[in-house]
Amino acid sequence: MIDLTQLKVGESGRVIEIQGGFGMVRRLESLGIRIGKKLTKVSSQFMNGPVTVRIDNFQVAIGRGMARKIILKVKR
Amino acid sequence: MKRILLIGNPNVGKSVIFSRLTGVNVIASNYPGTTVEFTKGYMRWGDEKAEVIDVPGTYGLEPNSRAEEVAVEMLKTGDLVINIVDATNLERNLNLTLQLMKSGKPVIIALNLCDEIRHIGIQIHVKKLARIFGVPVIPTCAITGEGIRKLVSQLFNARSGTIDFDEDKRWEKVGEIISQVQKITHRHHTFLERLEDASIKPVSGIPLAVLIVLITFGVIRLVGEGLINYLFEPLFENLWAPLMLKLSTSLGSGGFFHDVLIGKLIYGKIDFVESLGLLTTGFFVPLAMVLPYVFSFYLALSFLEDSGYLPRLGVLVDNVMHRLGLHGLAIVPMMLGLGCNVPGALATRVLETERERFISATLMAICVPCMAQIAMIVGLIGRSGIGGMGMVFGTLFFVWVILGLFLNRIMKGESPEIFVEIPPYRLPYPGALWKKLWIRTKGFLREAVPFVLLGVFFVNILYTLGIIEFISRLTAPVVTGILGLPREAVGALIVGFLRKDVAVGMLLPLDLSFSQLIVASVVLAMYFPCVATFVVLIRELGVKNMMKSALIMILSALVVGGFLNLVLRS
Repeated sequence: MIDLTQLKVGESGRVIEIQGGFGMVRRLESLGIRIGKKLTKVSSQFMNGPVTVRIDNFQVAIGRGMARKIILKVKR
Repeated sequence: MKRILLIGNPNVGKSVIFSRLTGVNVIASNYPGTTVEFTKGYMRWGDEKAEVIDVPGTYGLEPNSRAEEVAVEMLKTGDLVINIVDATNLERNLNLTLQLMKSGKPVIIALNLCDEIRHIGIQIHVKKLARIFGVPVIPTCAITGEGIRKLVSQLFNARSGTIDFDEDKRWEKVGEIISQVQKITHRHHTFLERLEDASIKPVSGIPLAVLIVLITFGVIRLVGEGLINYLFEPLFENLWAPLMLKLSTSLGSGGFFHDVLIGKLIYGKIDFVESLGLLTTGFFVPLAMVLPYVFSFYLALSFLEDSGYLPRLGVLVDNVMHRLGLHGLAIVPMMLGLGCNVPGALATRVLETERERFISATLMAICVPCMAQIAMIVGLIGRSGIGGMGMVFGTLFFVWVILGLFLNRIMKGESPEIFVEIPPYRLPYPGALWKKLWIRTKGFLREAVPFVLLGVFFVNILYTLGIIEFISRLTAPVVTGILGLPREAVGALIVGFLRKDVAVGMLLPLDLSFSQLIVASVVLAMYFPCVATFVVLIRELGVKNMMKSALIMILSALVVGGFLNLVLRS
């Protein structure tokens, strides 16, 4: 179990928990990030910059603080 | 009259479909949030006219940004909804579709981007999808116009959906629908996808960004200068000037009417920049000095927009922008502001909080000169080499950073984090690109030329009545004392409120020294927005915040101008 910032670039994981309030869960959900979805990390910017993930056929950039609250299960 | 709403996720092609339905041309780009305000147009509905509204994109009916709020408000007023669904991302899009079904409005679904799904190996069972929702589903490809006719002919069949589901289990329902209608087959990585990855990874993305920015400015300069040197200047010098000279002679080479129409003769000749006549400077400035740069800037910007590069640039600079109290997406208003501050001010709506919108609008109004002004500064200072231009734009950039750091420090609250969809790269479709370029160029001609003429006319009246002389005596302590400019320069500051390009042009007859030119250019860029931007800013920020913002503008212009004056003179 790791959060999205700990995921390596190129690696995939499945969302098992979102540690945020109702508003944040709703915001993430509206862009298709919710429990059970598979995310693949595309990039991570320097110095605590945002991370980019691929879900299905699109990519989303997520700020570091939000990314820390997305908990994933990874098979390593 | 019936009101038809186009509703869908951001960046699925609503604006393109809107243009197709109504013939009204609107700006469409490849990034979420191009449409921040609704646009209205009309189409035929049987024998009647129906109103069609291009609603800003939204991911759901619980709004997260100002643009999404507009969308939710609009939904209440519509009679019929055309729900534009991005076929390549069915799952995320159907979430909104299901919410629309609950609204009870008659709906028709346009399954858009159908050409793209073939490339990436997705198959969608359209008939089954229509059966599940109980509303018509029409596959479309907006950019080429495929399916639009069918969409129009099926509008009569739009109806409230028959689908039933538990609101709390909306996503489960979406999943269930997807498993029934979508089949994913083989897909392979394309060149564009590899480029996508390379441009968002910092190690390759940052050098690539520097390269792209340099190429962009190179192209803007090349095209702009080329148009001026080989097309517009020869046209004015060889065709228009002799005509004007004849007119000047027949008007008696002087007098009030002569001076308003032709302007003052400089050594017996017409100088298109300095003469300040309606028919000379009034046409030359907007057409031969500004238009070429506006055109070349929008050519480059439109290409960047349609390719999908801008949000990636936003992600790369997100870090830096956070220190200024913004996040990466705030580069969109800044970039648009370089063209014209009006769309730049509107684009601050892509940002989530009032604080961010205040900071970005203020920074843009102060430190981002519009292309019309840039073109004039290039024309004025570029003659004496690249160094002066570097000083002007370098100062503005420096102020942008310092002021951002400062505002971030003193304003309460934090900037929210970036959270944005990164669109796929698309090769800009030439037809759409030209259309957009045409809309913007036409917009410039329609809005700028009258204002330039008004500005030039205004200057003549003010000089004739001695008002500029009067004000310049009043303001001399500031203009001369602090900024080190001749007191007549206040004329340019007054006209700058109408048009900044004319104002920069007015500096020329003042015979300013090199350092004075730099101070004047910087101050003109910073001290206050032009009236068009001012009006939009009041609407976007509210009167109270606009007053705060204006205070910051005036103060920072005085501080920076005074400082530059001290440094450059010594």
